[in-house]
Amino acid sequence: MQALTPAAAAIELRGIEKSFGSVHAVRGVSLRIEAGTITGIVGENGAGKSTLMSILYGLYRADAGEIWVDGRLVEMASPRDAIAHGIGMVHQHFMLIDTFTVLENMVLGAEGGVLLAGGLAAARAELARLARDYGLSVDPDARIADLSVGEQQRVEILKVLFRGARILILDEPSAVLTPQETDRLFRILQTLKERGVSVVLITHKLREIMAATDRVYVMRQGLVVVERRTADTNSEELAELMVGRKVHLDLDKAPTRWGEVLLRAEHLSLVDDRGVRLLDDVELELRAGEIVGIAGVTGNGQSELLQVLAGIRPPSGGQLTVCGHVLDAHHPGNPAQMRALGLAHVPEDRLRQGMVAAFEASETSILGYQDGPPFTRHYLLDGPAVGAHCARLMESFDVRPRSPALRSSNFSGGNQQKLVLAREIARKPKVLLVGQPTRGVDIGAIEFIHRELVKARDAGCAVLVVSVELDEILSLADRILVMFAGRIVGEVEPGRADERTLGLMMAGADAA
Amino acid sequence: MDEAFSFVFLMLASTLRVATPLVLCAMGGLFSEKGGIVDVGLEGKMLMAAFFAAATASVTGSAWAGVAAAIIAAEALALLHGLACITYRGNQVVSGVAINILAAGLTVVLGAAWFARGGQTPPLVGDQRLAPLFLPGAGDNILVYAALLSVPLTWWIIARTRFGLRLRAVGEMPLAVDAAGLSVAWLRYRAVLLCGLLAGLAGAYLSIGQNAGFSRDMTAGQGFIALAAIIFGKWRPLPALGACLIFGLLDAMAIRLQGVRVPGLGEVPVQLIQAMPYLLTMFLLAGFIGRAVAPKAAGVPYEKEH
Repeated sequence: MQALTPAAAAIELRGIEKSFGSVHAVRGVSLRIEAGTITGIVGENGAGKSTLMSILYGLYRADAGEIWVDGRLVEMASPRDAIAHGIGMVHQHFMLIDTFTVLENMVLGAEGGVLLAGGLAAARAELARLARDYGLSVDPDARIADLSVGEQQRVEILKVLFRGARILILDEPSAVLTPQETDRLFRILQTLKERGVSVVLITHKLREIMAATDRVYVMRQGLVVVERRTADTNSEELAELMVGRKVHLDLDKAPTRWGEVLLRAEHLSLVDDRGVRLLDDVELELRAGEIVGIAGVTGNGQSELLQVLAGIRPPSGGQLTVCGHVLDAHHPGNPAQMRALGLAHVPEDRLRQGMVAAFEASETSILGYQDGPPFTRHYLLDGPAVGAHCARLMESFDVRPRSPALRSSNFSGGNQQKLVLAREIARKPKVLLVGQPTRGVDIGAIEFIHRELVKARDAGCAVLVVSVELDEILSLADRILVMFAGRIVGEVEPGRADERTLGLMMAGADAA
Repeated sequence: MDEAFSFVFLMLASTLRVATPLVLCAMGGLFSEKGGIVDVGLEGKMLMAAFFAAATASVTGSAWAGVAAAIIAAEALALLHGLACITYRGNQVVSGVAINILAAGLTVVLGAAWFARGGQTPPLVGDQRLAPLFLPGAGDNILVYAALLSVPLTWWIIARTRFGLRLRAVGEMPLAVDAAGLSVAWLRYRAVLLCGLLAGLAGAYLSIGQNAGFSRDMTAGQGFIALAAIIFGKWRPLPALGACLIFGLLDAMAIRLQGVRVPGLGEVPVQLIQAMPYLLTMFLLAGFIGRAVAPKAAGVPYEKEH
């Protein structure tokens, strides 16, 4: 790689190596972050982006390689070193303490004295200055738990600036934001860049790379496969480089043939034991032969809706009709009953709800359907029958490796998801609920999973997809419902929907 | 009138006497739990401290040497707990229970070997005990005042100092503390050591303050009551003090009500009143105090690499 400018880079990594056990996560990566630019690092889940940045931030130690900051070789033994060298990181999962105020979170680790009072006052003044200079305003005395996700992210950025960072690393910053909040974030990043801060943006969303960065590195399987000026490339090329082959980002779908209503929710509500209303008067109809997509920012009731529809949590009010069978708060269903009615559920958290990670793949492949024939006879599991069933599922859903005896946790995210999906679809359900169908799944598997969902739809199944990925909703769904604050705030046809209107609805702007 | 006053005074003094070890223990446990380390081993630490306080005081003749020995003994167990829970990321409850068993056994074995009195230490007299400071007969030795002082001090440290902020943070989300460039392990060790210090004082109070010597299992579950007081107080020092005082009052009443006949009911069974703190804990935890808000990371070992 040639040096681009004679001046020293803000950061230069040389030959970074890192393995976790037998997994070689980062293989000899070298890259340069020029001062005062926005550099993107793009790659699929598991490509090694986050590991690389954790090494740069001192959270992990590299097995080999050098880190240079402003032309000097440095040792990153802990985040303390990284902070001392002016590197700050905004993690994908925020490093904020829910019960603390904004101010308390800001000063943690940089209190400026044994007693808090002085440090907090100084931080308050500094916060006001940062708010002025960068247009980043938050209430210093608000508790983190009371802030929106976008505001929490602003606190994270402020925290980093408060420590005087000149290099800002953002790990998948848009994962939890609406499109508008993402735009706002990118404007903030531009401001930071103009003030001389170097920004590193880690993402798997190509659109964001194209919109926000000056230069991009593509990572695949722990390697940097290419480096480009953003102006000299495009999404298609980057996608191909990320995956290593041509990918079809759009999906061919036959026209919808709507059938009878298989699932109907009327005035469905859910109140938790602290009195918080998680679902509020939800009305929903799901017909045979359609895919309904539920869009929304994480935490607006989508998870709870799935749990209620799947019979995991009883509703607090309203009624639910599944394939002609009526359920309500007094006669709640349970997952087994729902399954018997012909409803299948691919949970959003496959590791905790979709499978038992320590179980063999063959056991995962019958989870929920294990009682009775063909898998159980006289209270005993029929091992060979289960194994054969799993092998069939693996064959038809291309789960790799094809080893029914392998522990579920040893499969990649994409293959785990395919196995869970195979288990649910194999029963030819009438209603299929799918939460985050492609979370933590590589692009190749995404294509496959999307095609299988469309196939199920074409076979007359009523499919409900909940996803935080708007692209996914837009390409899969025949109808789009938007959830905000536990309510369904609107319905959109995919043909007429664009990200802007959806984003506004997701932020509750159209709620009235 | 005089009689009523003296009754109230005696009840108050007796409540305070009984509550002192609870308060010291509860403040110790509060530091530990705020830092994310659950300490079921308060009982064992206190017991071990009580034994070494009495043993040392009896051999050296100095109550102060006894207090020092108590602190050292409790800190040794605190370090053991820290080693198991922080350095080796073991299960905190298992480690705490193990410490309780260790202390229950070791105190009796050592006591029998050193003093040959069936696990008891020789009775302590004069300077071997902590003397009352101001009110002869009320048993107001220095540790009673230390216990009372420990409450505002604990509050101030946790709420108003840098260490307190970091301690709260490490109990809620150690990953954030790590990412802020602070050492999770060092913070937690300090929390555990503070807990050891206070549990040590509680133990010393039992054997060389309140009583005149060590007898086997003399802590009698007070470490657990202190733990309950922490939960009662929702991990806040002042409410935890209140809980300790309620427990102390119930205990003082149990002694007063011994043999008293209540019209229509007959003699009040002492066992019932002695069981009150535990029953109260069960009842209140079962819903009366609302959701108990434990530090989020309490009991969870911090592991960085997966």
